[in-house]
Order: sequence, then structure tokens, then C-alpha cells
Amino acid sequence: MQFLPSRISPAYWDFSARIPRKSSCLLFLCLYLCACNNSRSHVSEGQFPEKGGFQNNVYQGRIEPDDGQWVRPAKDYASTRFSSLDQINTGNAKDLKLAFTFSTGTERGLEAAPLVVNNTMYIVTPWPNVLYALDLTRPGAPLKWSFQPKPSASAKGVACCDWVNRGAAYAFGNIYYNTLDGYTLAINANTGQLVWKTRLADFTRGESITMAPLVVKDKVLVGNSGGEFGVRGWLTAVDAHSGKIAWRAYLTGPDKDVLIGPRFKPFYSQYKGKDLGVSSWPPDAWKIGGASMWGWISYDPELNLIYHGVANPGPWNSEVRPGDNLWSAGIFARDPDTGEAVWYYQTSPHDLYDYDGINENLLLDLPINGQMRKVLVRPERNGYMYVIDRQTGEVLSAKPFGFVNSSKGVDLKTGLLQYVEEKHPRLGGVVRDICPAAPGAKDWQPSAFSPRTGLIYVPHQNICMDVEETDANYIAGTPYVGENVRMLIGHGGFGGEMLAWDPVQQKAVWSIKDHFPIWSGALVTAGDVVFFGTLDGWFKAANARTGEVLWQFKTGSGIIGQPVTYKGPDGKQYVAILSGVGGWAGVVVSGGLDTRDESAALGFANASKELPKYTTKGGMLYVFAL
Amino acid sequence: MKRLYFIVIGFVALLLASCEREQRRFQQGAPSTDTSQSHASMDEIYPGGARPPSNVANVYEENAYMVSEGKRLYEQYNCVGCHFHGGGGIGPPLMDADWIYGGEPQNIHDTIVEGRPNGMPSFRGKIPDQQVWEITAYVRSMSGLLRKDVAPGRSDDMSIKKPEESQKPEPPKK
Ligand code: HEC
Repeated sequence: MQFLPSRISPAYWDFSARIPRKSSCLLFLCLYLCACNNSRSHVSEGQFPEKGGFQNNVYQGRIEPDDGQWVRPAKDYASTRFSSLDQINTGNAKDLKLAFTFSTGTERGLEAAPLVVNNTMYIVTPWPNVLYALDLTRPGAPLKWSFQPKPSASAKGVACCDWVNRGAAYAFGNIYYNTLDGYTLAINANTGQLVWKTRLADFTRGESITMAPLVVKDKVLVGNSGGEFGVRGWLTAVDAHSGKIAWRAYLTGPDKDVLIGPRFKPFYSQYKGKDLGVSSWPPDAWKIGGASMWGWISYDPELNLIYHGVANPGPWNSEVRPGDNLWSAGIFARDPDTGEAVWYYQTSPHDLYDYDGINENLLLDLPINGQMRKVLVRPERNGYMYVIDRQTGEVLSAKPFGFVNSSKGVDLKTGLLQYVEEKHPRLGGVVRDICPAAPGAKDWQPSAFSPRTGLIYVPHQNICMDVEETDANYIAGTPYVGENVRMLIGHGGFGGEMLAWDPVQQKAVWSIKDHFPIWSGALVTAGDVVFFGTLDGWFKAANARTGEVLWQFKTGSGIIGQPVTYKGPDGKQYVAILSGVGGWAGVVVSGGLDTRDESAALGFANASKELPKYTTKGGMLYVFAL
Repeated sequence: MKRLYFIVIGFVALLLASCEREQRRFQQGAPSTDTSQSHASMDEIYPGGARPPSNVANVYEENAYMVSEGKRLYEQYNCVGCHFHGGGGIGPPLMDADWIYGGEPQNIHDTIVEGRPNGMPSFRGKIPDQQVWEITAYVRSMSGLLRKDVAPGRSDDMSIKKPEESQKPEPPKK
């Protein structure tokens, strides 16, 4: 396989097979495919997870009570994205109709979840990060007010993967959200007036903020983006009332900066020792080592612990940063009051592939080997579905949920990922067919969990990459990557899927495949309906038990947003989604990229290069009801 | 006899041309080092009529060594991190006919030195002007605007696009 140019890799042909061809041609292709697949198999021994049948495990744990609103992107602190509303169900979902729409007036990717509080809907746009409030009590949900923070235009230059924003959070009568140029804002939810504004990130040094904050008690938790710009990552707690910084935990460097102290009790020995955030790097490399925090935070009020991921180390060229590069590419448990670290686990030690570990952590109580355990379930970038004891940080299981050939598994004794030697990227050579590619088997797009089915609904992608390491020069304010990457649609010829996963049986149950990565979040309801969107613009409702698509609606642009559902003032159940292509997977459209260069957009443009034929840019809210 | 004459002339012309192509310049002044005298215009409307005198020509566009230097510098100053190999990502593509701020050498030179408002950093005072002109020449080779024998013919990287010399010329849209 190595001598074959990747242009004729099976993945390509499978993808283009959507276009009808002459049958003789097809025959030839089939022959070719067989040949390719054979020669490929001894290079990459990855495989897809097996699919088991559906066994209904009615959830034994507790789910936060639901008031029919949607006050934070993940719905509840456990990050289930489950709604107890059941007016829309598997029987009537086919009758869903458009209720109202609203144009965001933007052209870049819309990753945010709309919020619904006190009969008002709040929407955050990508840069220029406008906050819109819509009045749900009036016909057509007209605009109540809008807030324009006017972020610096220059900050767009340090946004690695489109100018996205993942949403806001409601608490204390305020809407909290972040701007691309590094501010956290509190806006009065009734009046739209600015309550406070605090600068947390310095975009002139490559830092930006794209995540949705999480409010825990009186703290607004915010992290920085910029893992491709040689930033030094952190998570910061801001006082929700005053806007003053309460604590900041850096994610590289000495223990006192990382807030590692006497309470830090990691499960595995490799995380024990003094100042490992310094000694696991070449001298001073931790100062520009990435390890940012731009993803999701969960909170367990009983244990009083927050859980957050840590992004990739920088630069991507891993040869210039020998060592484990702590505390990058892992998971921290912390005390939300003080920021103190309680445990840590590294999903990708000395990350080789941008397995940027900021994915969501679902906090569930599950029977594991016959015993109820308080666990954290995390569909990881590196391709494994981790089940971790959330009190101790012990990995209980880690099964691949997508196609993986860059590693052989996770050693449950040591917690270490078992990398595959021949897939190590290197300087002066191309390593081909690394699966999953840099965006991982799953990126930021959050999963949902239904206590009724016991299944986790995982929107994710199936792409692989060819990689060559290059010199990485650190120049503040410019990218610090050092790698040429070309991504390809993965084995099996599909770009993504909505996967239903049984975390107890540790098996895939069903999946809905798509020719593009599924870059939208998931929502699941007590009506046993799963909602998600596709990059080419279809908003879909599927049966949570069988994966049967019950209904779909073609929106104006590709969907990378997070669906939500709420009870309107009229007592009816509504489902809302932002449509507007972009993000890393869709910037090929929103940024108007030229795919003759297969390395465009860190290589992702090549995997999505058909997308411009299917969709155009433009932002719009769609709300549906029966 | 007349034919021979033409052949000789042709041969000399060729020779001269290739001299320019192969020339190694050391510490030579850049085509223009004074950007305050910039003639780069970015609009098609010229109040009162005719277009003002055109931009400076970039003599480096005639020289293969300068262009290859430009290619090396394009990577080393991290242009590649935002524009990749011309297809774009954070910044717009540079291998097509669309230019927001103009595709003439002076425009591109000024883009690099001044920066542009939507995220193009200003490299003023960071890149010596001669190198800016080398990078400018290379940037224009990406959309096939340089002579084939001057544009880079191969990369020392994995093949992620056609070499600049085989890039179909796409003159800036005006
Ligand atoms: C930090 C990211 C970043 C870096 C580094 C960067 N650029 Fe840019 N560049 C941009 C962005 C963003 C724009 C679009 C600016 C705008 O629209 O106002 C741009 C615009 C441009 C343009 C104008 C394109 C047009 O259509 O008019 C050129 C030319 C250009 N860059 C060349 C370069 C060169 C050469 C370098 C290296 C010396 C470089 N850039 C480094 C982000 C970057």
C-alpha cells in the first residue's frame, strides 16, 4: 500500500461511488478495491467496533429534574443533553413542522446551542459574537433585544478552525458568554445591558475563546483556545457577580500554577511527582505547549467536583517535545471552589496526532461488572469510549467506538494508550493512513444520553490522514504546528455517523451513516427521539431504540449546531437548531477554501472537499413543533 | 543569412533571459523599500478617469533563486500555518484569482507589511524588505502568475498540490 499514491486509496473511490459510473468501470473498481484492501490490511490493523443487539438498560441513576427550559448547552450538569419532554415521540415525529425562523446575519459556522429561559430564547453568533434575545411569548418570536460586543476583527486571525462560538450559559438573571477576542461577558437577561466584562485571553499572543462557559455555584468557568498557536492553556473561574478572577489553573508548568497540591491523588503512578508539568517537556517548552481548554466541563454536585478535558500539546510536530507533555491531552477532576486538582488521567500521552482531549464527559452511575459505579463516560478523540471511575480516575474500560489503527488499545493496568510504532509521524517522511485523523474519531460535537434506553448517542466522524512533520517555528501570534496533513474519508467510505452506544455492554448498537462527518451535537428526548444535523444541511429525527430516521428537514446551510428542545409558553414542545456551515469540518465552505491544496485547513478541507457542491454558507435558526 | 541572424538573436535573448533567471543576488536592494511611496491601489474606481501610474514591478519574479527563497521563507515565517499551501484555512486562499486586497506585487507586499484588518498580522519591522519581495514573488507563483521556468518545480514536502510551475495562470480578477 505504501507505494500507492493515496489518490487511489479505497476511501476515495468509495466516496466518489455516489456518482453513477459505467458498470464495467465499477467492476474494475471492485477489483481494484479488493487489491487495495488486501495490501492495506497488513499496514493498518484497525477495525470497526462490533455491533451488538439492543438490550434495554433502564437507567438506575438520577437525572436532574427538567423544567422544560434549556439553561446551558449540555442541559444538565451531568452533560446528558436529555430532555424529559415527550410530546414529540417516535409515532408523531414525522409530523414535525417549521414553527419559526430567525436569521443570524452571519456567514461563519454556528456551533452554539440556543438557550431558553423565562420564555426567551438566546442565541450567540460566531464572531462578531452578537447575542440575540427572542420573545417566545409573541407570534413568530420577534427580536426582544440584541447585544453587540464588537470584538476585535484581528482575533479572527488566531481562530484555528473558523470563528465559532459554542454558546452561552444562564444563571443569576444573567447570560454569560465569551467573545473570540478573549472576554467573558455577563449580560442582563431581561434588558440586554452589560453587567460586567472581564478580559481573560490575549489574542495578540494567539489566545482566543470559543467555548461556552459553565456556571457552577457562583463561578463562571472559562478556558482558552489556541493549541495551534503555542499558547499556554488554562481554566479560569470568574466570580459570577463581580466578574473578578477567583482562580486560574494553568494546564502546563509548575504544580503551584496547575493548582496541584495535597488533594491531588491520581490513580496511576506516572502522574505522581513534583512539577511534572515542567519535567515532562524539554526546557521551557511548556510555556508554549498548548494544552488549552476549549471544550466541555461537567459537574457532580455531590462529589463537588468538576471534570474538564485538556487539549493537545503544541506543536503538532511531536519530535520537538519529547516527554509525556503533561498535563496535555487528558482529563482533570477539580474542586470548583478552589480549582484544586483532585485527579488526572492522560488519554494520549505525548500526543502524536492532535488527539485534542476536550470532549464532553457524561457523568453517569452505571453497573460495571455487577457493581454500581459513579463513572465518567467520555467518547475520546483517540477513538476509545472511556469509562472512568469519577471518584478516583481509574479507567474501568476503553473500547474503540470508531476505526482505530494508530493504537492497539488502552492498557487498563497502567492506563496507557498503546501506540502503533509504524504510525508514528516523523520528520522527512510521510506516514499514511493514520486513523483516526487529527479531529479524532470524535471532536467537540457533544453526545447525548437517554436514561430510557441506557444508550449514548455519539455524533462523530470517520476520517484518516497522511502526515509529514516539518519545522515548527514559534512566532507569537502565528500558528505553531509543524506538520503537513491531508485528511481522507475513512475506511468503509463514509465520513461520519450517528452512533448509538451501550456503555454497559460496551458495544455499538446502531448507527446512521453519512457521507460527511457528523459535526452537530446530539439531543435525545423522553419521546425516544434523537435529533442531529448533517454537514449538508439535513436536520434529522431518529428512533432512539432502532436508529430508524423518522423525519428530516433540509435547512438552508450545513448543520454544525447543537439541537435543543423546550416547552413553549403555549405548552407545546419545540425543537430548535442553528443551521450555518463552518467549523473545522465546514470551513472549506464558510472560508471559501481552495481544495486543490490538500493541506488546506490543517488538511480537513481535503476530507470535506465535496461539501461545496452540497451547501452554501449563511446562518439561520430553525424551530420546529408538531 | 537572415535566418542565421534571427537564430543568433534568439539564442542571445534566451541566454540573457536565463541569466536573469539564474542570477544569485547578494545583499541587493529590494525593488522598492519605501512603502510610503506606495502606488498600490485596491479599487477600480479612479475619480476623474484613467488609472494612475501602475505599481512597481517586482524584478524578483524573474529570478528562480529569489522565488525559491520566497517559498522557504513563506514556511519559516509561518504564512503556511494560516494559508497552508495556497488553499487557505485561517486566511483566504492565495492560489486563486480572487484578491481582497489586490494581487499586484505592491498590493501583496503591502498586505504583508501593513497587515489586514480581519486577522492578517502585520509583519512590519519583522521581515527584511528584500525577503518581503521574495515572499511576494512566491505568493504570486501560487496562482501561476510567474514564468514557468522561474516558478518552483517541486517541493521537499509530501505532494499535497501541483507544483507552482504547473499551476494554471489565474490572473487577478479586476
Ligand atoms: C495568523 C494567521 C496568518 C498568518 C500567520 C499570515 N496570514 Fe495572511 N492573511 C490572514 C488572514 C486572516 C487574511 C485575511 C485578512 C482580511 O481579510 O482582512 C490574510 C490575508 C492575506 C493576503 C491577502 C489576500 C487577498 O485576497 O488579498 C495575503 C497576500 C497574505 N495574507 C499573505 C500572507 C503571507 C505572505 C504571510 C506570511 C508572511 C501571511 N499571510 C501570514 C492570516 C494570516
